[in-house]
Amino acid sequence: MNQTSSTSIAALEARGISKYFGAVTALEDVNLHVMPGEVLGVVGDNGAGKSTLMKVLSGLHSASKGQLFVGGQEVHFSGPRAARDRGIEMVYQDLALAGNLRIDENIFLGREQLRGGIFINHNANMRKAQEHLDKLKIHVKSVSQRVEELSGGQRQAVAIARATAFDAKVVIMDEPTAALAIKEVRKVLDLIKDLKNHGVSVILISHRMDDIFYVCDRVMALFRGRNFAEAPLTQTDRNEVIGWIMGNKNQTSETSESHDLN
Amino acid sequence: MATSSSSTLTAREQSVRVRLMPFIDRYGVLLVVVGMVLIGYALEPKVFLSFLNISNIMNQIAFNALLALGVFVVIITAGIDLSVGSILVLSMMSMALMAHPEKIPAWVPDNVRMALSSVLPAPWYVLIFVPPIIGVLCGMINGWGLTKLRLPHPFIMTLGTLNIFRGVSNLISGGVPISDLPDQVRWAGYEKIAITPDIDIPASMLVLIVTFGLMSLFLNHTRIGRHIYAIGGNPQAAKVSGINVDRTLVVVYALCGLLAGMAGLLLAGRTNSGFPNAGLGQELDAISAVIIGGASFFGGRGNVLGVFAGALVIGIMRNLLNLRDVPVFWQQILIGVIIILVVYFDVLRRKAGSGRES
Repeated sequence: MNQTSSTSIAALEARGISKYFGAVTALEDVNLHVMPGEVLGVVGDNGAGKSTLMKVLSGLHSASKGQLFVGGQEVHFSGPRAARDRGIEMVYQDLALAGNLRIDENIFLGREQLRGGIFINHNANMRKAQEHLDKLKIHVKSVSQRVEELSGGQRQAVAIARATAFDAKVVIMDEPTAALAIKEVRKVLDLIKDLKNHGVSVILISHRMDDIFYVCDRVMALFRGRNFAEAPLTQTDRNEVIGWIMGNKNQTSETSESHDLN
Repeated sequence: MATSSSSTLTAREQSVRVRLMPFIDRYGVLLVVVGMVLIGYALEPKVFLSFLNISNIMNQIAFNALLALGVFVVIITAGIDLSVGSILVLSMMSMALMAHPEKIPAWVPDNVRMALSSVLPAPWYVLIFVPPIIGVLCGMINGWGLTKLRLPHPFIMTLGTLNIFRGVSNLISGGVPISDLPDQVRWAGYEKIAITPDIDIPASMLVLIVTFGLMSLFLNHTRIGRHIYAIGGNPQAAKVSGINVDRTLVVVYALCGLLAGMAGLLLAGRTNSGFPNAGLGQELDAISAVIIGGASFFGGRGNVLGVFAGALVIGIMRNLLNLRDVPVFWQQILIGVIIILVVYFDVLRRKAGSGRES
């Protein structure tokens, strides 16, 4: 039972999460934790429950059963805003950007800075957005561009910038590289490494083994809505992880399995 | 040689396009207005630009422009409100009835009639708030219905209330016109404000300018205004950003109702009555103005100035055709042609825009 080690407390932890949609069981007794500054890869076949689990973690769905802890404190998310207030941010697969709005408006959507309590301080928001993008080494022509004018990689970068604009503790990313050109993939992955260096935890859902093995510290697999296997990246390899996705476990993973599924 | 010269040409073309597109995007419809004014001046040099005619146009477009402004806010969210004409008539008839309790129809039970006639007729400072309040209530019913009942599209809810509100309006008034309203109530729709001894502007124009200005401020510089655009751009993005989409939609439809109620007040003032056919089919004129003004049915696009220009295009065209004694049937045909042409140009523009991107 070493879910929370004595030396440090998980940035985000889920215990015994189950989620039912009517008669359909999407998740059954799933555990997950991510330490501060750790990059956790989550793999699994389509329908394994990855996205549902992430939606529970980010407050979009509420769990049917189970508990969530942020920094060791139990939390109940009433919606995405509650999760964001606790520093849990999500970058959605479809990015969830409003293409008709400017870059700064997307970054601060729902959290705009006001002037005099009524009107949005557009200048302050644009300046802050620019500073934040600079910090993340994201280059755009101007923050006043509409998001629909950007390339796929730039949009992904804006989505990540939005997720990290307010002291995020944990950033959950759902297939951030799936829709990108090859040269843009590397930039996004380096951005993830940057976040890690800033002490931000990242939960990365990906089908791409290249991504997982480039940025992750640890990888866990879901299979049919349950925990299936989990190991530090140094103790596993691509073929084993691909096997997990398909529901196969060989002898080498036995140790990590007994360690993680107790 | 040929390839290099053609590529520099496209580069130049592109840079012109890049600079020009946002401008046409925002203000293209104003060019249409300017064009129509020039045509009008060429056809009727003495009358068209006279102060009387301009103030006449303003007075005529006022209530359609208010309706269009409300419908515009709804269309930003990729919704539609078909019930604005019915909200207009209901708000107008409610006010007229409260000014004339003797017109309460026979089916109303006697004890209710007694109770009503003890407080009615209401004084003007109560009457003047009746249309906006009825409008907001109707809009809230729309917004509440389409969010709580989870109907597949706002079209359904507002098609229903288009019938319901007009039915209620006829029911409470017995389907007959009620004329004669207090002067104070008529002010916004009827009165003229003297600027100099020679020049006076219609009060409705003042109402329009103030309302459009406030709406522009609201949509561009308040949180909820930007959230309305965000919902039109990507409702999922709005939702995961913590925006309460349903509550925002109720505000949007209530706002649309408020403007329809104000349009009812203006029309009642202008005609000094409430009449059961008011606003019949007017929702389509309002939608036309919004679409001509550059908004998109897919939501998230357009601005307040465009709506005003859209209403102006329809108003100027009607005025010109009237001045030229063109039969009213041609007006219908021409409005239809303009709607199709304007949206077709928009399609062409988008094609050019997407060609630039790839």
